[in-house]
Amino acid sequence: MTPMFSHIPADQRPTLEIFVDGQSVRARRGDTVSAALLASGLDVRRDSAVSGVPRLPYCMMGVCFECLVTIDGVGNRQGCLIPVAPGMRVEIQRGKRELGK
Amino acid sequence: MSVLRSDNYDLVVVGAGPAGIAAAAAAAKAGATTLLLDENAGPGGQVWRGLTSTPLTNRDMLGKDFWDGQLELEKLRSSGAEVLQRATVWSIDPSLQVGISHGGASRIVQARRIVIATGAMERPFPIPGWTLPGVMTAGAAQTMLKSSGLVPSEPTVIAGQGPLLWLLAGQILRMGGRIDVMLDTTPKGAFAAALPKAFGFLTTPYFRKGLKMLREVRSKVRIIKHVTRIEAQGDGQLERVVWETAGGKRGEMASRLLLLHQGVVPNVNLAMSTGAAHDWDGLQLCWRPRLDDDGQTTVPGIYVAGDGAGIGGVGVALARGRVAARAALTSLGKSGQDADLSAARAELAKANRGREFLDLLYKPAEQFRIPEGDTIVCRCEEVRASDIRSAVDIGASGPNQLKAYLRTGMGPCQGRLCGLTVTELMAKARGTTPEQIGYYRLRAPVKPLTLSELADLPMEPEAVKAVVR
Repeated sequence: MTPMFSHIPADQRPTLEIFVDGQSVRARRGDTVSAALLASGLDVRRDSAVSGVPRLPYCMMGVCFECLVTIDGVGNRQGCLIPVAPGMRVEIQRGKRELGK
Repeated sequence: MSVLRSDNYDLVVVGAGPAGIAAAAAAAKAGATTLLLDENAGPGGQVWRGLTSTPLTNRDMLGKDFWDGQLELEKLRSSGAEVLQRATVWSIDPSLQVGISHGGASRIVQARRIVIATGAMERPFPIPGWTLPGVMTAGAAQTMLKSSGLVPSEPTVIAGQGPLLWLLAGQILRMGGRIDVMLDTTPKGAFAAALPKAFGFLTTPYFRKGLKMLREVRSKVRIIKHVTRIEAQGDGQLERVVWETAGGKRGEMASRLLLLHQGVVPNVNLAMSTGAAHDWDGLQLCWRPRLDDDGQTTVPGIYVAGDGAGIGGVGVALARGRVAARAALTSLGKSGQDADLSAARAELAKANRGREFLDLLYKPAEQFRIPEGDTIVCRCEEVRASDIRSAVDIGASGPNQLKAYLRTGMGPCQGRLCGLTVTELMAKARGTTPEQIGYYRLRAPVKPLTLSELADLPMEPEAVKAVVR
């Protein structure tokens, strides 16, 4: 899928590797997890907790909680507040946070 | 969490936007032990987001107003204030204890005074289809632009009203991003209503900047004026935006991205959870904390500065931050601050000029604040306007009772994205005022916290003895 957002050419930051549902993704250093997901071109829609409908981040500033993802095994993290780190493992959430995550 | 130097501070400031930076810098410079906490990766808040890390290093891209933030940041850095990023404040109680989560662990810090500078958030914009992937706030797009150099590259509609809408459109276009249509929801007659207050605005630098912004965007984007209805449509993601104007003209455009904005409102969750009284602001159509001239809330020792105290913009936020910090220090008996306090108050009065004009001009129309039909109001719990009206019909009297009926406001966002809508919708349905209807009762933790993190809080032996047999 073509991403809705693209990096401007002036952005020359180095990249790093993260894994999204096991798939390798190049992210820019300094990006938040949500920004990296939206720029990846992957289908990164989560399923909502109540009716399971697809959602993507809405506010990108820590207010709406639409960006919830599992990061390195911990569920319900606000992807828009957390910067990417090398080797980070991101899982798209399907419904509610699972017990133990 | 051993990253903090102390368990006790003269002043704890929450939020490192303009108000928080100004407050912490002023207090620390005057010799107060000061801790500034912020949940983002770097300082700047929303207006200066990415100040230390933005990939947009060409200074023309974000403009002078953005880079002016560096001057304030320099003052903070040289002030000696302790700054902790990626720290989430989840509790403040009337005894001025602050619950902080950082790196998956929590601890409690004792403050002698607190400045809450949690700023603003986008006003909810509940239109049909606003939960579809591809519908975002204009602020979200600006965040991506400032911190990641990301601009819309697929067919994009931007809709709503207010200075930020035009500012963002201009920034996106200048950086080669894509905006196809702007749907301007400013109601017919809004300009006439605001005109009597125009004089104050004409004397501010915003007037000239505003005109330039309008001209730039108008020359490049198709503008549809007096839009009275907007709908986002698509199956599992945004596919098209449909609109209608006051003249009855309908239009639609196939698009991947819809950016919504109808002004910003104070982010009140933390301030309200302390028990501080808030009043309904009938002009800005939002709650704002009841403050004295120093910015102190009804809870002694707790101040609110910045847009969280009422929307005023960056100049007002800086001034409010300095007023609150200096008043807090004066109340702690730190001498020699009085002259500074009057200077800060003068700065605040000047910065407030022209605000009323903008508030009147960009007062959002009722149909975009109080939705009809099955439009979703509470995004987390997926509660619709019709559900709320039915609950009112069978007796739901206010937002707190509504929780028991429908779970509105009980999802992870804790009412931030539905609270204002619920208050106004219930007020209208019951034929009363937002003031009478009230707001959700907010309690700590104001950000989700795992039970294990709460259980792992460091505790005094007496506290453990009190509950362990």
